[in-house]
Amino acid sequence: MVSAANVAQDSVPIFRIASDFVHSMKPPSTISGFGSSPTTVVEWSDVHKTYRMGDEKVHALNGVDWTIRQGEYWAVMGPSGSGKSTLLNLLGCLDRPSRGRCRMFGHELRELSDDQLSELRLRRLGFIFQSFNLIPQLTVCENIELPLFYMGETARAAGERARALAVEVGLADRLQHRPTELSGGQQQRVAVARALAADPWLLLADEPTGNLDTATSAQIMELLDGLHAQGRTVVLVTHEDQIASHAKSALHMLDGRIDKLIV
Amino acid sequence: MIEWRENRTWRNIRVGLKSLMLHKLRSFLTVLGVVFGVSSVIAMLSVGEGAGAQAMEQIRQLGAQNIIIDSIKPIDEERSGSTAGRLIDYGIRYEDVQRIVETFETVHRLVPVKTLRQDGRLRTREMELRLVGTTHEWFDLVQRPVLAGRVLSAEDNRRAANPVVLTEHGARRLLAGAHTIGEILRIGGHHYEVIGIIQSADEEADGRTPDARVDAYIPIETARHRYGDISVRIQAGSREIERVELHQLIIQLDRIEDVEPTAAGLEAMFAQRPSSQTDYRIRVPLALLRQAEATQRTFNIVLGSIAGISLLVGGIGIMNIMLASVTERTREIGIRRAIGARRRQIIAQFLVETAALSTLGGIIGLAFGFATPLLITFFTGMPTIITVWSLVLALGISMGIGILFGIYPAMRAAQLDPITALRHE
Ligand SMILES: Nc1ncnc2c1ncn2[C@@H]1O[C@H](COP(=O)(O)OP(=O)(O)O)[C@@H](O)[C@H]1O
Ligand SMILES: [Mg+2]
Repeated sequence: MVSAANVAQDSVPIFRIASDFVHSMKPPSTISGFGSSPTTVVEWSDVHKTYRMGDEKVHALNGVDWTIRQGEYWAVMGPSGSGKSTLLNLLGCLDRPSRGRCRMFGHELRELSDDQLSELRLRRLGFIFQSFNLIPQLTVCENIELPLFYMGETARAAGERARALAVEVGLADRLQHRPTELSGGQQQRVAVARALAADPWLLLADEPTGNLDTATSAQIMELLDGLHAQGRTVVLVTHEDQIASHAKSALHMLDGRIDKLIV
Repeated sequence: MIEWRENRTWRNIRVGLKSLMLHKLRSFLTVLGVVFGVSSVIAMLSVGEGAGAQAMEQIRQLGAQNIIIDSIKPIDEERSGSTAGRLIDYGIRYEDVQRIVETFETVHRLVPVKTLRQDGRLRTREMELRLVGTTHEWFDLVQRPVLAGRVLSAEDNRRAANPVVLTEHGARRLLAGAHTIGEILRIGGHHYEVIGIIQSADEEADGRTPDARVDAYIPIETARHRYGDISVRIQAGSREIERVELHQLIIQLDRIEDVEPTAAGLEAMFAQRPSSQTDYRIRVPLALLRQAEATQRTFNIVLGSIAGISLLVGGIGIMNIMLASVTERTREIGIRRAIGARRRQIIAQFLVETAALSTLGGIIGLAFGFATPLLITFFTGMPTIITVWSLVLALGISMGIGILFGIYPAMRAAQLDPITALRHE
């Protein structure tokens, strides 16, 4: 397994850091030394998420303690409605917890402003969805460029980066196609390329193979395995044991609680 | 840092424009609303401006510094059908003129007018001429270009000489031209020498200017001596005998501020005359001008409001379209937010779209707004004036409205919860 330190050194700093806020976050690698003690990326304690449905309260998360370290590969499992997506949304900084401490990259989630959450999502997180969530009106290339665009990259730099990523996921010849002209597996590759565009610290995938057949699923998992092998931190939600077996650690959810933790 | 900002702004604009191109028909319809709004603002204001300018020009020809007094035949005399054979004596007297000169120091010029109808004969051509007997100062007040020869002089009046100045119109009736200068024109049996031809009043200004429907001018002293104050007209088989000393008096004042007080003074003076009935009318072009200006303002406000409402409708159209677009693109907004777009960037994207739509609409509207008044003038002959301020106003308002009505949908889009938006289908 490649150490976290190498990742940081290998990644070419083509992105100018625009925000002082993000700048203030120390890259895990600099803290970790030579990878002897993996850096903590996520640190949760007693995290609750409660939804209000009319008079009823739905406890989607009911006291979750969890720590994710740099370079780990997690599978989150559990039956439908057990809170997997809620968990991943919190990890993805798309939401704030109702109660409990959610430290992301050393920042307490509840203390961050909406803009700061956006900044985290933009530069530190890569999200891969079950339903791909590509923008149908944009070409493959433009979809991959989207985060770079919000980072303020020049059109030329973004274009080069998008092409490189497309090559990486094996879609070099599909850059000018629309997502609707691609197969499900190809669409998910575009989504992976987009998630990687900003060179994130944490990759999140919510049932990335849920809409794909077995063969295509295997290809996508190969891609994710490769990313993990490069040293990226990956969290994967799935209810298929076969898919979960790719991960090194597993978290089983049941009714908003951690049922089983396999490290 | 600044470079980075510009880059981002430009990117926002590009994204906004791009998504407009994705919905061409919808964008086109939205633009159409603004186009009609803007062009109707410009067209309506130009019609209002044109109509007003025409009315005011006609009034200005009467002279804002002038007061005009006309002799009016008393109404009672007119009604009591027994006028046949009786002498009707009315109107402005020579002594009135004397009194005005003595009373009002504000008077700069005082031009007396006697109108007569006499048979005229130039060479072999004979017809009834409408004559004005006046002084040389008439031509200072009612300025018309001299087409040939010269106009009456002070000397002509003093000597009660017999020169005649034709109007273009009169010259045409008599088949006279520049070559006629120096020839003899017989008027009511007396000989006159044609000394000049001047341009006639604008035909459309008929009745508004003192020189409308005049064929020829002669010195007023000459007219008095030769034709007197009594005129006989055969009407419906009965003779009507009138005695009118002066038919009109044009009084020019030194300063425009003096017009209203002097007019009031003249009213008072004429009201005290021994004449049993009102046989005069005092006209104050300045008052008419003021009135016309007020009317013009009202007209502009009404037209402007109508046009403004159409702009508003265009704006609501934009808002409607953008709101629909926000709903339709909820998922897209969710994706963008999940990827890391800030609220501001979402707002910017939508605002760029509305601004682009309204600006495009504004510019096309400007072109239509320019063309419409020209077409109106071409087909109806109605005068139109396109003012710069109406262009600026229309374009400014259209862009303002576009942005104003775009803000709410943009805010709505930005306030969407990313998770909810992502789940939207
Ligand atoms: N936005 C929401 N409003 C109300 N209830 C919600 C919302 N999101 C999730 N839930 C509820 O929270 C629970 C966990 O949902 P979720 O995290 O989506 O489960 P999973 O992904 O494991 O199927 C479910 O009971 C679900 O109905
Ligand atoms: Mg789920």
